Amino acid sequence: MSTRIPVNLVLENVEKRAQGDVHIHSVTMKLVPGEITVLLGATQAGKTTLMRLMAGLEAPTSGKIFVDERDVTGVSVARRDVAMVYQQFINYPTKTVAENIASPLRIARKDNIDRAVRDVAERLGIEQYLQRFPGELSGGQQQRVALARALAKNASLLLLDEPLVNLDYKLREALRIEFATLLGGRDSTVVYATTEPSEALLLGGYTAVLEKGRLLQYGPAQDVFRAPKDINVAAAMSDPPLNVIELDVLGNEHRFVREISSVLERAPSDRTTIAVRAYNLHLTPRPGDLGIHAAVVADEFTGADTLLRVTSEIGPLVVQCSGVHRIASGTQIELYLAPREIYVFARDGRTLLYPTGEPA
Amino acid sequence: MKRTFEAGWFFIIPVIICVSFTAILPLMTVVNYSIQDIISPERRVFVGTEWFRSIITDQELRAAFVRQLLFSTATLCIEVPLGIGVALCMPRRGAFSSAALVLLAMPLLIPWNVVGTIWQLYSRPDIGLLGHTLSLIGVDFEYARNPLHAWVAVLLMDIWHWTPLIALLCYTGLQSIPEQYYLAAEIDGAGKFDVFRYIQIPKLRSVLSIAVLLRFMDSFVIYTEPFVLTGGGPGNSTTFLSQYLSQLALGQFDVGPAAAFSIIYFLIILLISFILYNWMRTLSAAT
Amino acid sequence: MAKIELKLAHTYSTAADPSPEDYALVQLDLTFEQGGAYALLGPSGCGKSTMLNIISGLLRPSQGRVLFDGKDVTLLKPSERNIAQVFQFPVVYDTMTVGQNLAFPLRTRRIEPRKIDARVSLIAEILGLSSDLNLVAANLPADMKQKISLGRGLVRDDVAAVLLDEPLTVIDPLLKWQLRQKLKEVHRELNVTLVYVTHDQVEAMSFADKVIVMSHGKVLQVGTPEELFEDPHHTFVGTFVGSPGMNFVEVQVRGGELFKGDNLIGTAPDLVKGETSSALKLGVRPEHVAIVADQTGVEAKLKRIQSLGGYHLLTVDLYGQEIFVRTDRADSLSEPDAPLRVDMLGPYTRFFKNDVKLPLGGHL
Repeated sequence: MSTRIPVNLVLENVEKRAQGDVHIHSVTMKLVPGEITVLLGATQAGKTTLMRLMAGLEAPTSGKIFVDERDVTGVSVARRDVAMVYQQFINYPTKTVAENIASPLRIARKDNIDRAVRDVAERLGIEQYLQRFPGELSGGQQQRVALARALAKNASLLLLDEPLVNLDYKLREALRIEFATLLGGRDSTVVYATTEPSEALLLGGYTAVLEKGRLLQYGPAQDVFRAPKDINVAAAMSDPPLNVIELDVLGNEHRFVREISSVLERAPSDRTTIAVRAYNLHLTPRPGDLGIHAAVVADEFTGADTLLRVTSEIGPLVVQCSGVHRIASGTQIELYLAPREIYVFARDGRTLLYPTGEPA
Repeated sequence: MKRTFEAGWFFIIPVIICVSFTAILPLMTVVNYSIQDIISPERRVFVGTEWFRSIITDQELRAAFVRQLLFSTATLCIEVPLGIGVALCMPRRGAFSSAALVLLAMPLLIPWNVVGTIWQLYSRPDIGLLGHTLSLIGVDFEYARNPLHAWVAVLLMDIWHWTPLIALLCYTGLQSIPEQYYLAAEIDGAGKFDVFRYIQIPKLRSVLSIAVLLRFMDSFVIYTEPFVLTGGGPGNSTTFLSQYLSQLALGQFDVGPAAAFSIIYFLIILLISFILYNWMRTLSAAT
Repeated sequence: MAKIELKLAHTYSTAADPSPEDYALVQLDLTFEQGGAYALLGPSGCGKSTMLNIISGLLRPSQGRVLFDGKDVTLLKPSERNIAQVFQFPVVYDTMTVGQNLAFPLRTRRIEPRKIDARVSLIAEILGLSSDLNLVAANLPADMKQKISLGRGLVRDDVAAVLLDEPLTVIDPLLKWQLRQKLKEVHRELNVTLVYVTHDQVEAMSFADKVIVMSHGKVLQVGTPEELFEDPHHTFVGTFVGSPGMNFVEVQVRGGELFKGDNLIGTAPDLVKGETSSALKLGVRPEHVAIVADQTGVEAKLKRIQSLGGYHLLTVDLYGQEIFVRTDRADSLSEPDAPLRVDMLGPYTRFFKNDVKLPLGGHL
């Protein structure tokens, strides 16, 4: 592979409106070159629209896009150095796999096409299918062909729009691990859209959390996970869902509220919102933990973790424990929580306190 | 949106030229004729709306308009249910489905004047299959002399010619219904009529709006087939609007009134199509 | 409600003597007990949808029988078998309201209106649709439409089984979780037999009482989610269940010790002390690989740490093979290529000969 300087992509106040609806609200983002940026958000959050704007498939209604300091707003995708992989396995059905992978190289009139095709095919484990047609291959293999074609183009900007969503669970798992090595090459800037927080964490790099067309936070994945700016980001990065608890603090003599009073120091004095991640609730105590009385409503073993749905003295909660825990519905249990693992939010949703114990 | 369309302009210049010559310039000519009295190329008198006024008060035009409306409504009312019915009867899969499609499409492939000729022969009481059969039952079928019979012949011809289009459009619509819907209905215990009412018709609504629009526009400007079949007769009982218009323009050389009416004709079609389209759109949006 | 028994095999081939590869379903004998929640789990093409279609009657098995409560229903059509089916995408009557959709299967059977209303209210209540009964079905979101599809199947109280064919395919990930809970509630309240087909092991494990793992037309194991997790009978089951699946290391026993190639792994447990086979694999889940501090265990190299909130996923190089380790604490580990020691021998370590768990005679 030739050495390439990864592209520096900057979006400035980019907005996209269509038919009276605002799809993207004023997004400003400086993508870190050479890194994977994961666009995380629910369906219809604007991930695909934002990707299309980055690629040049659509032009923003207002705002500017810069590539390597050049203003490319409105420049069509054909003029830009972009490769894209979609959810549906898009390949040329009448060309062989080898021809599919070679097509961007032929358009760019590169030499040594056969060598390059072989190389990429080997990297993706599809070299034995080079002479077959995409229609004869399984879903996972077809998606690898699409990916190979994108990688062969060796574009400085690689966009992947939920590429694994139409594949089997186990295939998704395997490819996700492969992606982490394939795409972490640091010689291209990669943007990867997904609805699953675990993918953002597995792929590493940077995460941009989108909700209803707005960019909520952009930063290193672990930072966004551990230090979300507001409750929406915290919830978006949680799977299983975040436990959000509304507490009436004023005059509340409840044991729990008293025990976390130090945590609540910076919170509004009457009513405050706190949150706890499901895996921070434990079944066995550690020093410093406070206890919460709860009763099990349902237990669910997901093949790696057990999820317990409980009702407790502070409301309904979801608990995630690793391994198998079979607890009958109705059983009274004690949950343990370290006070420093609690998130505290202001009335407008802003994070006031992170689990490191440091103020926001 | 700065430099996106550069090359694009070059590609559409040939199209612009073609469309100008075949549509825009003639349209301008018609407008020209409709507001002037052109006695000779040098002597043109601007008459404003005089032609428009005279044509609207023309009794024969009004009669032709009424006949046209009657014709279009009748064909729509018969062809749409018939087309749906034919589409429902067609096999969804298998070897017969392709054969059925081909058979169905045949009437659409025949040149329109040939269609008129076919039905002319067909309707003749002496040698025509239709005419002769009817006379055997005791009906004295004389499409050349009896206005009612002429109407029947023209209607039958149009139905034969154009129902396949509606059937084909409905067939495609029906094909797009996933098999699972029929399965679920079977499991629910739904009968054939329930399936028709709750699954097939809702899916057909959007397809039907296209079909109705196309058929309305086409039937409103119909010319060749009735002209060949009945010549507009007997008398003017089957003279529809476009035939009357061409009689006016080319037969009598009353280009002024003809041009004026062409514009009105165009606007009427536009208006009714617009109304129909929006009505169908709200119907399918409501489902 | 019915007990469903399958004693059959199925091939699409029309040859007189089909070869084993032609069988979409290899000879099997399965029983679905009345009121149970079952999942058919396997990758695409394993035969799970074929099996579902045979249960529902959409497909007739090329050999064998299907029994509902002992009655042979093999030749009966779907509508005659009293099953309900939910498909991958929602199937609703667009022009009807939610309430009318739910009432439809009862109306076609001419149940009296009062009973219909009562039943519809009950089902709507369980599914959380009570406040939406008057909404027209057409423009509702996918998850509500799937609930309606499910509701139409549940509204008949004589339904033998509800068959679900990857029903959460078009549902948003966040809503998948909620719908899964709903399905379990439905199961608890109505005690109806549910058969759920999926390739997603999380869905299968969290939903079912018993999971049937399939691959290439063969039923590899039937068991509770815990059994599949702790005691897989086949390496395929070990890999397919769990996220990520079980680690498999090819080992040889020499002189009472376990070797990976030339590298000593540890003392061979009694179970395999005398094994001379060359097709022996050690299987241990990432959750059960321990990181040990001192000179015990085996030397390995840390290649990658991925932090996923509740746990860390380590990619470890064990003498040239990559294995995964799941651990709660990663404080002592930070850099890639750092050396560490892992212990793979524990109470949950399993051994497989020719991909089948030892002791032999494991599956079904």
